[in-house]
Amino acid sequence: MNGKRLAILLIVLACLAGGYYLNRRWTPKGRPAGSAGAAPEFTLTDLEGRKLSLADYKGKVVLLDFWATWCGPCRTEIPHFVEMQNKYSTDGFQVIGISMDDDAKPVRDFYKQYKLNYPVAVGDDKLAERYGGVLGLPVNFIIDREGRIYARHLGATDVSIFDSEVKELLGKN
Amino acid sequence: MNPSHGYRLFLAVCLAASALVSAATAQTSASPAGRASGAFSIQAASSDDAIPPTQLITPEELSKSLRSAKTHEPLLLQVGPHSLYAQAHIPGSEYMGAGSSEAGREQLRQRVKALPHNTPIVIYCGCCPWGHCPNMRPAFQELKALGFTNVKALYIADNFGTDWVDKGYPVAKGE
Repeated sequence: MNGKRLAILLIVLACLAGGYYLNRRWTPKGRPAGSAGAAPEFTLTDLEGRKLSLADYKGKVVLLDFWATWCGPCRTEIPHFVEMQNKYSTDGFQVIGISMDDDAKPVRDFYKQYKLNYPVAVGDDKLAERYGGVLGLPVNFIIDREGRIYARHLGATDVSIFDSEVKELLGKN
Repeated sequence: MNPSHGYRLFLAVCLAASALVSAATAQTSASPAGRASGAFSIQAASSDDAIPPTQLITPEELSKSLRSAKTHEPLLLQVGPHSLYAQAHIPGSEYMGAGSSEAGREQLRQRVKALPHNTPIVIYCGCCPWGHCPNMRPAFQELKALGFTNVKALYIADNFGTDWVDKGYPVAKGE
């Protein structure tokens, strides 16, 4: 009898783990950002003065991060993005930061202080609207190798979700 | 135990456990829109001494007050980032600049300097979750220091998009 109870307990634990895994697989995607699913193209100038065009990253998995220096949850996520850039860049992954700060100076300071290893440009309301509106930060998009929006995350998001989605698109799961 | 009974028990336990876990995790990862924005949230925010709970107003309360009191509308001031204001703001509200910046607070001071201290004023931002907003508290404190006695802070739990725009409250765009 004790053996049976143990077996049932193990089954329940396995089911709990399975349920959790399935839930994570099914629910992380936020609402779709565009009906066509294609990430809107943009060309900006990054903080280093170089052209930053989304089209140049076609063929790569892109994490597009709308953030701001004054946004607490954004500041929490950024070190993880730096880590992901290090970890997956050779697999065809790229983080792009779009700051929604009104002024570029604090963005430059932050960029240096936090040693960001990916391009950052200052965006505006027009770009934000093309991405469905950025009416609160952070907003992150995961874009697949074909330039389609795979997921949209509004607000603070568990960084393991980004990791999981990126790995899935990179074929590393 | 009969093997077929064991198999059925296994399936039942799996389904029940998965449903329970799914429901529990879905609840915790649900859209912020699902969170309360009424009295409970305001109570939760009351631990913040910078803006007393009595000075908070919910989006629902403000939208009702704007609909019903056309002749005594409060002065609505947006104290958040310009990119947010340009995308969506409360009709009739004025952009002041971020309350976290000296430039924003200076613009706020200039805007209210000629007003009687009992002028009803509502400030709002919605750039990020209430507890993380860097703009509301400095702007509120600025008005308080200037002697304004009828200032309300719009309590936006998560962000302006979720708690105002998505709720269908009136919105204007542009500079």
